[in-house]
Amino acid sequence: MDMKVSKKKLGLKEKYQHMTRGLGWETTYQSMDEVFPYAKYEGIKIHDWEKWEDPFRLTMDAYWKYQAEKERKLYAIIDAYAQNNGHLSVTDARYINAVKLFLNGISPLEYMAHRGFAHAGRQFPGVGPRVACLMQSLDEIRHAQTQIHSLSNYNKYYNGFHEYRHMLERVWYLSVPRSFFDDAYTAGPFEFMVAIGFSFEYVLTNLLFVPFVSGAAYNGDMGTMTFGFSAQSDEARHMTLGLEVIKFILEQDPDNLPIVQQWIDKWTWRGYRVLTLVGMMMDYMLPKRIMSWKEAWEVYFEENGGALFKDLARYGIRPPKWLDQIEQDKDHISHQAWGTFYNYAAACNFHTWIPTDDELDWLSQKYPNSFDKYYRPRLEFWREEAKKGNRFYNKTLPMLCQTCQIPMIFTEPGDPTQICYREVDYKDNKYHFCSDGCKEIFEHEPEKYIQAWLPVHQIYQGNCFNEGVDPTAEGFDPLAAVLDYYHLNFGRDNLDFEGSEDQRNFEAWRGMATKNT
Amino acid sequence: MSKVFIALQTNDDTRSIIQAILADNPHAIANEQPAMVKIDAEGSLVVRRSTIEELIGRDFDLQELHINLISLTGHVDETDDELTLSWNT
Repeated sequence: MDMKVSKKKLGLKEKYQHMTRGLGWETTYQSMDEVFPYAKYEGIKIHDWEKWEDPFRLTMDAYWKYQAEKERKLYAIIDAYAQNNGHLSVTDARYINAVKLFLNGISPLEYMAHRGFAHAGRQFPGVGPRVACLMQSLDEIRHAQTQIHSLSNYNKYYNGFHEYRHMLERVWYLSVPRSFFDDAYTAGPFEFMVAIGFSFEYVLTNLLFVPFVSGAAYNGDMGTMTFGFSAQSDEARHMTLGLEVIKFILEQDPDNLPIVQQWIDKWTWRGYRVLTLVGMMMDYMLPKRIMSWKEAWEVYFEENGGALFKDLARYGIRPPKWLDQIEQDKDHISHQAWGTFYNYAAACNFHTWIPTDDELDWLSQKYPNSFDKYYRPRLEFWREEAKKGNRFYNKTLPMLCQTCQIPMIFTEPGDPTQICYREVDYKDNKYHFCSDGCKEIFEHEPEKYIQAWLPVHQIYQGNCFNEGVDPTAEGFDPLAAVLDYYHLNFGRDNLDFEGSEDQRNFEAWRGMATKNT
Repeated sequence: MSKVFIALQTNDDTRSIIQAILADNPHAIANEQPAMVKIDAEGSLVVRRSTIEELIGRDFDLQELHINLISLTGHVDETDDELTLSWNT
């Protein structure tokens, strides 16, 4: 028999095989079920973990090599940006408010994703997904760290960056992204993978990292551009993992289909709601605009997501529920969100403003079906009122949706003049929802969502004041007490951009950067 | 037919990669945006190591793509020589 001469170097596939699969074993001292206690309770049936295919056959040694190179590039740019006073070269100081939102609302989710993937990876009996989850877990902590490092440069000069950790667990609007990730993180490992790996990474993160980060570059923010693209270069791998998870689960057992479909419906809707924030950042907070939220949605959700779900149809998967409403909403949600923040700017850790005339024209042009009819007159009215000295800051706390925790700001499908309200009686209480989607998600797992920490309820229950504060004292100012509890400085971190310390400083410093005074 | 895409950062490393992709995929369309290039293609798209190597004049490991990659869609099939993106429909 001829001896086959083995190749000197292993091919990519063989190397991957040796460096992942070869590392697993069946436990004997304890049963596999005891070692992997969460692998079965969600009802997902896996018969053969060896069928898992990781399309990017990246092994740990290659992973470290390429990640190290990405880090070197990233820090070279971040250092250069800081050394060159890069913050003074952004288009307009209003832009900095977009990165405040990023640090406060998004970077902490990267850290939660790190924890989530570490947890999911630990719980899967299969070696392939364990290795992939380990890498993703490391990626996610890298994202949290690089974002914090990069944005800490802004914290030296501008307000609103100083206590993102503290604020995440307290500030009203930050409960939206936080509760989204808490929901995923407290689910089982398979649901977490469908929630974050598939629905969020595959279907939705392009919207955050691609057009918004390209917009950051367009607005002169090299720091955000570099951490954004560096993070997204990992996302390509994450998306591939997310898609593999779905295919793997569906190919393992026909009983898995309805469970997975329900998760896709739930998590696409949940993620879509969270992205309202990104829509507003793109349409209102980038002084130089690259594409509208609606255009980004059409490219990255409708076109790509459409191709994806057409492909998955062979497994019996149908597109996520409530797409009709999502389709109509793309003309509205960014405007509804900005209107809300403008109203509640006294309780925000960033500044708001009315867009300039040319920005209003841009919005009219990008949103021909909705902007002039519903939103432009409102913004112009607020601008007139502010000019007359009647800038109105809403101090009445809004009702929140029990599921997504967003104030009830969204309108009825088909009628943008009517706020959408839904309610459910459960046990002895009434629960309120912003949409059919959020209502149905609640009804599927009421015991989970009745535990929601809703900022408005918590304020009314007296749980959002510092220790020793007496709400019954004469002259008690609840807003001031809540802002103290948030560690938010009234008059510095909040209110309008016009007249803010950020605006004054930026103008003065930019002047110093270009003149010898 | 559904489209796949690959998006890369705009820089010196990717200039030849993009050129190679466009040469190997005549049906692909490059769409330049601030700091990035998005290449869309109907059905499928292939990134071929040999074409890149010819252009850059050195050995190239396809996994180097990860350094400048921004995003992609479609099923990924990666070998030592090619990275293919495709949809099954």
